[in-house]
Amino acid sequence: MLSFILRRLLVAVPTILILIVISFILMFAAPGGPFNSEKPLPAAVMANIESRYGLDQPYVVQIFNYVWNIVAHFDFGPSFKYRDQTVTGLIAQGFPVTLTYGFWAFLVAVVVGVALGVLAAIRHNTWLDYLATGSAIGASVLPNFVLAPILVLVFTLWLGWLPGGGWNGGQWQYVVLPVIALATTYLAAIARITRSSMLEVMNSNFIRTARAKGLPMSRIILRHALKPAMLPVLSYLGPAFVAMITGSVVIDVFFSTGGIGQYFVNSALNRDYSVIMGVTILVGVLTILFNLVVDILYAWIDPKIRL
Amino acid sequence: MTVRTLIGATSLLAMVATGTLVHAATPQPGETLSDNQTFTYRVLDEFPSIDPGLIEDVEGSHVARQLFEGLLSQDAQGNVVPGVATEWTASEDGTTWTFKLRPEAKWSNGDPVTANDFVYAWRRAADPALASPYAWYIELMKVANAGPVIAGEMPSDQLGVRAVDDHTLEVRIDSPIPYFPQMVTHTTTFPVPQKVIEEFGNQWTQPGNMVGNGAYVLSERVPQERIVMTKNPNYWDAQNVIIDTVTALIINDEQQALTRYLAGEMDQTDIPIGQYPRLKEEYPTEAIAVPNLCTYFYHVNMTDAAPEALKDQRVREALSLAIDRDILVNNVLAGGQTAAYTLTHEATAGWEVPEVPAAAMTQEERNARAQELMAEAGYGTDGEPLTLEILYNTDQAHQQVAVAVSQMWKQTLGIDTTLANQEWQTFLDARKQADYQLARAGWCADYNEASSFLDVFTSNSDSNDSKYFSDEYDALMEQSRTAEDPLPIYQEAEEMLARDVPLLPIYFYSSDFIMDDSIKGYAVENAQENWYAKDMYRVAQE
Repeated sequence: MLSFILRRLLVAVPTILILIVISFILMFAAPGGPFNSEKPLPAAVMANIESRYGLDQPYVVQIFNYVWNIVAHFDFGPSFKYRDQTVTGLIAQGFPVTLTYGFWAFLVAVVVGVALGVLAAIRHNTWLDYLATGSAIGASVLPNFVLAPILVLVFTLWLGWLPGGGWNGGQWQYVVLPVIALATTYLAAIARITRSSMLEVMNSNFIRTARAKGLPMSRIILRHALKPAMLPVLSYLGPAFVAMITGSVVIDVFFSTGGIGQYFVNSALNRDYSVIMGVTILVGVLTILFNLVVDILYAWIDPKIRL
Repeated sequence: MTVRTLIGATSLLAMVATGTLVHAATPQPGETLSDNQTFTYRVLDEFPSIDPGLIEDVEGSHVARQLFEGLLSQDAQGNVVPGVATEWTASEDGTTWTFKLRPEAKWSNGDPVTANDFVYAWRRAADPALASPYAWYIELMKVANAGPVIAGEMPSDQLGVRAVDDHTLEVRIDSPIPYFPQMVTHTTTFPVPQKVIEEFGNQWTQPGNMVGNGAYVLSERVPQERIVMTKNPNYWDAQNVIIDTVTALIINDEQQALTRYLAGEMDQTDIPIGQYPRLKEEYPTEAIAVPNLCTYFYHVNMTDAAPEALKDQRVREALSLAIDRDILVNNVLAGGQTAAYTLTHEATAGWEVPEVPAAAMTQEERNARAQELMAEAGYGTDGEPLTLEILYNTDQAHQQVAVAVSQMWKQTLGIDTTLANQEWQTFLDARKQADYQLARAGWCADYNEASSFLDVFTSNSDSNDSKYFSDEYDALMEQSRTAEDPLPIYQEAEEMLARDVPLLPIYFYSSDFIMDDSIKGYAVENAQENWYAKDMYRVAQE
């Protein structure tokens, strides 16, 4: 087990390095640069700025310096676009925000999604199944950029119950709408995966045996069926969790939460090289980490899997 | 009037006005102040910087105008009023300006504001070590040695600015600029606290570290969420400041910002394109459209790589004539924009739009003339088929304009147009490389003067993406710099552009916003929209 984890973490290092190099290449291949605007800067001014940010160096030197600063000083550099901020500062500010609403959204999506899926499976082909499946499909075809304005229209403009955006240090009123808007699509997916996986498990031999032995239904589901039924759900949850806690550009832009989700798109559009790299590395590391967590959970749930 | 006497008159006027005039929030008789003296407004994106030396955008400069005070400020109409300086005079030859600073001015940490703070700020802004994207502004002001300092050929202490004593600042400029006092209302010229910057480095703009000399201090800053400024008790005129908290909410989505405005979450936000008429009807006292010193136009590719047709002046002129600008401004944009047949925005200070032929015609006449020209050139309905491409940066509004224009060209001239859109940086790059046929542009004045527009089309301009190279035009613009009255020269330059058609002017921008009608003293009539929260107040509403 321990050697498995160590091996995986060791492989992660070259993976991240390759990620960095590929991102750098893609970034420099894109036309334009962080300091181009409708009004071009005079050559002398541009030269000063490029030299300050090391953009006058050869690409190889830039990549090396970048990696070296991270390894030696854990310094991800200053933002090129937001000159008052460092990348570490922006992530330190924005990541707790997305972590908060992402975590709650994850919790909502898993609890409600699994409950709906199980309910639909054990009441297969009844009105409950149709209702649960119907609403899950409804939710999955309702993207968050459609859902978010509807939520704001209803809860902010018409009812006046909740603020239409902002974060305000994470007061609960500001968290509710982003959580609902983010959770819905994931919830629907989890419900559908749970339902089909549960149906399969419920038809398997060992459940039939348990039923034949006369075990109560609740015990069969909770003790015997749920665990194996969760395997496909689990492989979905790993990447989903990372996607949720690193936020969503729609949620961040729409609810002005100040989270890091928006940087995935904005930093690329702004050619804010250091921020692009910062969020790419963050997501890379988290993805590797949670894929590992999922693998460990797999082994724990399914004894057939050996690490 | 000679240049010298013009400057003399300006500074004399300034002298008369000083001392007695203190600009501050002044409620009118009969107005009751609200208990809630806050002003909350929306900005599009996180501020690239709020360091006066580094600010490069309008929104950052709005914040700096609350946190700092420059030598001079503007009133609600945009006129120059005293700031830290109470008197300002030019020498006989107009190349030395002397500013007398008020002794009572203080930084928010209690230190006095001295002439040295300005000297430090100006040197810092020009210094290659800071690498400010606005360093060129110091050069634009013609401060002596600005060019060599920015280029790193001279140490920054050689810049033509010095403290005669604690309260006297002297600036040497290369040649007279009559509107120099206007130029020192710009945020790049604001003082910055040397002690604080040296202590905190680039973290000095964070709350807790930041020290300013304006009517407000920075109390909260959450990137991509909000910035909060509260009243500065150490401001020299604090007793006349009424608004106690100014908050900028960062909201990327315009429509969402409007919804939140309507839900009462803020006092001011921009109006999304096309919605002005509806909002004006629903909220007549809140929806506002004012001129904004920017011009929307299409660059025409004037290089050899351009399609053969575009090299024909008649085709370019026909394209320009066949754009029905009235339909665009009244039906497509519908937000107080006005039709443009020339480059310089009509609301520019001291500017009179010249009567170019196209402006005087009706659209029927323009269309008829356009068809004639096209027929002469041998393209369009009865000639060679022609397909042109309009390139714009991805945006719904630009698309709507391009679609309408292509319809007009199809109907009037019988030519086809394809539309191409690109993401912003890619678009800028394509335009710079002249890798386009017709490309959208929106040019905004850096300062309120016609040359800020007209300089774009000089041969050595970095923004001349049409690649229009005309010795005659360059000579005119050169001549304007030393002319007593540059207006007729500027007008001649406009006529040249109208004749050569390196651009298709489309409309003059307006700024459309919606603002709570309890807010008073906002700089609605200031063409640059430079507002000062210290001059504003909120009245109680029944």
